[in-house]
Formats: sequence, C-alpha cells, structure tokens
Amino acid sequence: MVIRVEHELHERRKGRNTGVGLLLVGFIAIVFGLTVVKVLQLDDIREFETFDHVVRPQLVPEPEVTQ
Amino acid sequence: MTDFSANEQTYDAGMGDYFALLKPRVMSLVVFTALVGLLVAPVPVHPFVGFVAILCIAVGAGASGALNMWWDADIDAVMKRTAGRPIPSGRVAPSEALGIGIGLSGFAIVLLALATNFLAAALLTFTIFFYLVVYSMWLKRATPQNIVIGGAAGAFPPMIGWAVATGGVSIESVLMFALIFMWTPPHFWALALFVKSDYGRAGVPMLTETHGRDATRRHVLIYTVLLVPVALGLGLTSIGGPLYMAVAVVMNAWFLKGAFDIWRRDDAACEADKHKVEINVFKVSLYYLFAHFVALLAEAAMRLYGIGGWSW
Repeated sequence: MVIRVEHELHERRKGRNTGVGLLLVGFIAIVFGLTVVKVLQLDDIREFETFDHVVRPQLVPEPEVTQ
Repeated sequence: MTDFSANEQTYDAGMGDYFALLKPRVMSLVVFTALVGLLVAPVPVHPFVGFVAILCIAVGAGASGALNMWWDADIDAVMKRTAGRPIPSGRVAPSEALGIGIGLSGFAIVLLALATNFLAAALLTFTIFFYLVVYSMWLKRATPQNIVIGGAAGAFPPMIGWAVATGGVSIESVLMFALIFMWTPPHFWALALFVKSDYGRAGVPMLTETHGRDATRRHVLIYTVLLVPVALGLGLTSIGGPLYMAVAVVMNAWFLKGAFDIWRRDDAACEADKHKVEINVFKVSLYYLFAHFVALLAEAAMRLYGIGGWSW
C-alpha cells in the first residue's frame, strides 16, 4: 500500500472544498459589511454602546432640549 | 486495496450539483421581482443592506427548491423533464437535499431578520412553508388547482422586497403579489397545452389531464380576464403612473387577445399548426410579467427626477 500525503479523496473533492471555503469567506464578508453599515447608520455613535448586553441608561444620549 | 474503501463510489457530487438543487432559473425570477419590490418602495434602503436582503430572499427561495426536490424525488424520477435533477439522477442523496434545504432556510431567515426586519423574515418563512407544505406536500398531488394556490409561493418575493424597505404591507405590495398570483395559472396552463407532459404517469393531477384540454382553454381565458383589473389597479396606486398604465393597457390587451385565441381553438386546430398560438401566448405571458415590473421600476426611477407617478 502506497502511503501518500495527498489522498485521492482530496483530489476528488477539491471543487467541493474550494466551494465551501469561498462560501464561508463570502459569509464573513457579508456579516462584516452589515456590521459596518449598521454602525455607520447610527446617528450618534454613543448609541453603539447601548448595544451592550445589559441596560445602561447612563449611556443613552440625552434627547436634545427643544425650546 | 485502499485505506478507506467506504469512499469508493463512482460519483461525488460537486458544487454544481448542489447549486442545481436551488433551482437557479426560478431563483432568477425571484431575484428580479424581489428587487423591484424593494426599489419601488418609498423608503430608501442602503445598497449593501438591499444586496444582502435580495441574497437572503434568493437563498430562501433556493432552499425551498431543494426541499421541494427532496419531497418530490419520487415523481421527479418518473417524469422526463425532471428525471435529470440531482436527486433522481443519483448525484445527490435525498438526505443531503433535506439538510441543505433546512440549513439554508435557517441561514436566510435569520440573516434577513437581523439585516432588515422581522416582518420581511416572517414573510420569507411563510413563503418557504407555503411552497414546501401547502404546495408540494398538500396540493400538488391532490388537486388540479394546485398551480393556482401554489402560485402564491412565487408571488411573495416582491412583497418581501417591499417589506424589507418599509417594514410593512400595503395595497401596493398586495397588488404586486396579486399580479403574479393571477398571472401564474394562465401562464402555466398555456405551457401545459403544448408540452407533452407525463404528469399523469407520475400521479400528479394536471388540469389538461383531469378536466381535458377544452376546460384548460376556458380556464386560461377566465384567469386572464381576472388578471386585467389587478394589473390596471396596480397602476392607480402610488407606485403606478402614466407610463406603467400605458404598458399595462398594451400588455393586457395582447395577453387577453392571446387567451381569447386559445379559447376559440380546438385540438384539431392545435395539431394543424403544431400549437403555434399556445406557444406564442406562453411567450407573451413572459413578456407580460417582465414588462409590468420593468414599468414599475421605470416609474420609480422617474420619480427620482420628479416626473414619475400621477402627481406631476
């Protein structure tokens, strides 16, 4: 029996492995892109901190007083 | 002897086989109508969020296609048109299709909910449920009206696109849904009139075989007549306008004439010209849907310059 580092199965499933790899990279890009877009859409960047897992009212920006 | 004989099989599914599970051609129609639904909505969507939303809708639709192929593998194997699909041809195992279908559905729904809003995600969930459970499992093998109610699954995408942008449902999105919903039966039955199908052998009730071809012709005409007010009514809403109305009037007259021509014919006439009229009406039905949605898109584009809609 010949011992090979590169098993025949690796060759056979190369296309599949590459495809899954690309899908994962694409998924990461989407989640990262969404994060950037959602954070930039916050009017006041301090609101970002309100996404902490507990309620921290002191971080919520004061509503501007209208006269 | 090899060191791992369990993998000694003749064929390994490639990415292309898994992609075929997602019914790419159906997906392209879903992408187009969902994109129009999203773009004609009065609320602007960030381009990247819009892209992700359309991707989620497409993947959700693809996932429901995979689930449909998993459920219908037995009848797909019997029919010539579908015998080459990944499962009946033995390229993908049924359990793999089920796994991919469920997995991609979950991904698409959760990502859509996080990227946009819960209503859009709920509508996508309902679409997948409707296509798999109501159409594939329940209606398809039970009634020749399967295509009528099942067509709702294909009609949801513009409504989801609209919900992505607005977070709601309105008369505009309901009418876009109704347009595809009412269009599907005459479109499909025109096809059924000229394609030699083997639905009967597979045990799927099809109107041409259960009620005959004359009844099918009558149904094409009736549903086309019912389609007209929906198409024109959409033109009176906030997303319509003179351009859409002009397109709608022309396309509806054309489609209606075709349906009328079909209704007047009998089998002898069909055989004589090799179903020329039916084939032509089927093509018209494709232009019909495409033209309506392109016109909606054009109205939206014109509104950006203040010349679209009824207000100017």
